[in-house]
Amino acid sequence: MSVTLLFVTLLLLLTSFYYVGKKKSLMLVNGNIKQLYSLPSHYGWAAGINSFIPGFIILSIWAISEGYLIDNMLINNLGEKTSGLAPFELSNLLNSVKSYETSNPNDPTLAIHYQYYTSISERVAWAFFLGALAASTLMGYLTLRKMKPEFNSRNNIETIIKTLLMIFSIIAIITTIGIVFSLLFESILFFDQVSITEFVFGIQWSPQTAIRIDQVGSSGAFGAVPLFMGTMLITAIAMFIAGPIGLLSAIYMAEFANKKIRKIAKPLLEILAGIPTVVYGFIAALVVAPFIRDTGELLGLEIASESALAAGIVMGVMIIPLISSLSDDVISVVPQNLREGSMGLGATQTETVLKVILPSALPGIVGALLLATSRAIGETMIVVMAAGMAANLTVNPLEAVTTVTVQIVALLTGDQEFASAKTLSAFALGLALFVTTLALNALALFIVRKYREQYD
Amino acid sequence: MTDTSQHNQPVSRVDWNSEKQAARLKKRYIKEKIFKSVAILSLGTAIATLLVVLISIFSTGISGFTETHITLDIHIDENIVGDVDNLSQEELETHIASININRMLVSSLQEKFPEVTRRADVFALLRLFSVGAQTDIREAILEDLTIVGTTVPISLKAGSDVDMLLKGNISRKVAESDRKISDQQIIWVDQFLSEGLVTQNFNWAFFTSGDSREPELAGISSATVGSFLTLLVTFMISFPIGVGSAIYLEEFAPKNRLTDIIEININNLAAVPSIIFGLLGLAIFINFMNLPRSAPLVGGLTLALMTLPTIIITARAAIKAVPPSIKEAAIGLGASHMQTVFHHVLPLSMPGILTGSIIGMAQALGETAPLLMIGMVAFIVDTPAGITEAATALPVQVYLWADSPERGFLEKTSAAIMILLAFLILMNGLAIWLRQKFEKKW
Repeated sequence: MSVTLLFVTLLLLLTSFYYVGKKKSLMLVNGNIKQLYSLPSHYGWAAGINSFIPGFIILSIWAISEGYLIDNMLINNLGEKTSGLAPFELSNLLNSVKSYETSNPNDPTLAIHYQYYTSISERVAWAFFLGALAASTLMGYLTLRKMKPEFNSRNNIETIIKTLLMIFSIIAIITTIGIVFSLLFESILFFDQVSITEFVFGIQWSPQTAIRIDQVGSSGAFGAVPLFMGTMLITAIAMFIAGPIGLLSAIYMAEFANKKIRKIAKPLLEILAGIPTVVYGFIAALVVAPFIRDTGELLGLEIASESALAAGIVMGVMIIPLISSLSDDVISVVPQNLREGSMGLGATQTETVLKVILPSALPGIVGALLLATSRAIGETMIVVMAAGMAANLTVNPLEAVTTVTVQIVALLTGDQEFASAKTLSAFALGLALFVTTLALNALALFIVRKYREQYD
Repeated sequence: MTDTSQHNQPVSRVDWNSEKQAARLKKRYIKEKIFKSVAILSLGTAIATLLVVLISIFSTGISGFTETHITLDIHIDENIVGDVDNLSQEELETHIASININRMLVSSLQEKFPEVTRRADVFALLRLFSVGAQTDIREAILEDLTIVGTTVPISLKAGSDVDMLLKGNISRKVAESDRKISDQQIIWVDQFLSEGLVTQNFNWAFFTSGDSREPELAGISSATVGSFLTLLVTFMISFPIGVGSAIYLEEFAPKNRLTDIIEININNLAAVPSIIFGLLGLAIFINFMNLPRSAPLVGGLTLALMTLPTIIITARAAIKAVPPSIKEAAIGLGASHMQTVFHHVLPLSMPGILTGSIIGMAQALGETAPLLMIGMVAFIVDTPAGITEAATALPVQVYLWADSPERGFLEKTSAAIMILLAFLILMNGLAIWLRQKFEKKW
């Protein structure tokens, strides 16, 4: 009794109700189609869709709640065995019951629970399956019974489709709510264990929770300031590179370049924008970092092989096309008569660009730079592959630093026990990241809207 | 006419032909030249970096598509193979898989190099060959049972170190202690070379096998299938929902608070870092809904949420571009608003919608970070058969190989990146073709 099977059955039901509905509508008027308010296929669709909806709702509830429901029933059944267990121990226990047959058939205390588990999961599946079928059939039947020639089934199905489309567009909001709630929920669990002031102001980051109590650093330190500093350092390097290059490229393409150069350069920049970040990360680790280290050695500087500089430079390259295409757009919408006016007064092209076009496009450019900064802060793969793991509190670009995103990846890949401070801290970092990027985007939007020059 | 004299005497008259002005003009022109060259230099730098990226990938990756084979006379010992006359094909395969090929290989090697007797040396000799060499011998036996008991030349897969040596990735000049292949091994390889037994050919196995701990055996097939399944789920979810929302927002939504919020929301979601979507997937799909970890289903769902804003935004633009006259004509002929949208607006805007969707899919194909969060970083040898089985994706495979210290994985990483880029270029090319072929200017 799988969800897929039910879905297929519901689709079959939909098709059959469609044909029955179509036939019945014609029968109602004895084949005289002119007496029907809507087309026969509309009556068919009305019956089909009306039958599908209740079944599909039950199916969705089943798909979402099945695991949760069965776990709860199983916990009830396990009774005293679950008292005083930590969440991850509980989930281990549940798993060992569920996989009883394959993993430990010799533990007799679990046998009875395994039997209970198989019986309830079968019963729950049957209940949902039959419930969905019954609801769908009933609804389809009722629609067929209500069918009359003067019934406007076109409006009926169109209302349903319109509601469906609205639900689709609300999914974007649900996603945001999902992000906010999942991050907040786990972060609150984290801040139960670590104080929020320590997280925001602490300068020591070592999330390893020790296995033995007497180990060094057993408590784990969750001061995120080194991560924030590392992120800012790498972002600053990236913006230092990408800002001027991206902006000047955009100016060149919008103001100086002839059509031919534009036609070649634009797709090339688009390719640069389309390269996956994992490729940039590979380049950073393979080409740029060794190159910088060797150059440093030549100059007598000691540069870490995972220096912030390497990661920052490559991230800058990644961001160049973003800045250039966004600024290109805002420069292009500056009206032509401003240029002509400036040139007519005798200004050179450069003077026109610097004194007329840039000031007029400034809000858009600032917005573009802010968006690019937010992108750099949230970028993951380049720093995971090219930046360090150790949380150094430094502003020296030649040393290795770590970033928020690197730590999130490090904390959540590999073995993890949920609900430990170490794992939960990743969500707190995620929340900080989300809030920061959201604030930057909102600021960018605000600046663009507030200071935009209006020309007609 | 008396006051004109005043006009003839301006307060300060600029002599544009004076040397001072000429110098000023020259300065302005120099400034113009400098600015222009700095701007073109910036554009040049951006394009040069693209070339650097592509060239360094290409130059390290191209050798990943070839593999080295060494032909060796193997005595197929009938005592080792045993009695195979009365076995069915299936039994034969399991039997051949269980026999001790290694002993056959060792004795054949000792025959060729009788001077090698020390155990350690034999092992060093054996290490010239890949573990895959045993598969080569097994396949040869299965292909032709008559070779049992005879000595036949079989082309065997060389080990990664030999491969690297011959491709020049391991330098002979480096001190012996600093390279993975010893001087003695190099002498043997040279002997094989001088006898013309070494061949380099196209590495088909790279496309047909899954991940492996041995660089010479590793391939991208499981990762490619994983990527395909993930993208399939992404497309099946984000395309209908994205197009549906775009239709609603563009055609039906009333101008109210809710619509405004949805619109701001979509723009904000488009700028949320991808890793946040990974955290969402981990928290909701895996921890809350108990969907299987590392599965393309979860990866696809996560990426679908991520690409949704892109699809909605481009689809809205495409729908907006359909001229109102067409809609009005349809409504004038008695079609309902819904019929107008589905019979006229949607088909006409489909090329634009598809272009945007393909670009969104290309983004999803290159995305790595969210997949790391939901555990699609597993070591996957077998090709995943369904969307609920553990799988990995092409960019994640790149990440895993890039992390590997073995020299042989470097060219594999670059080769996998070349395949990834080829897919991306193909998808973007398709999008551009669609746009040019079907887009109408109204």
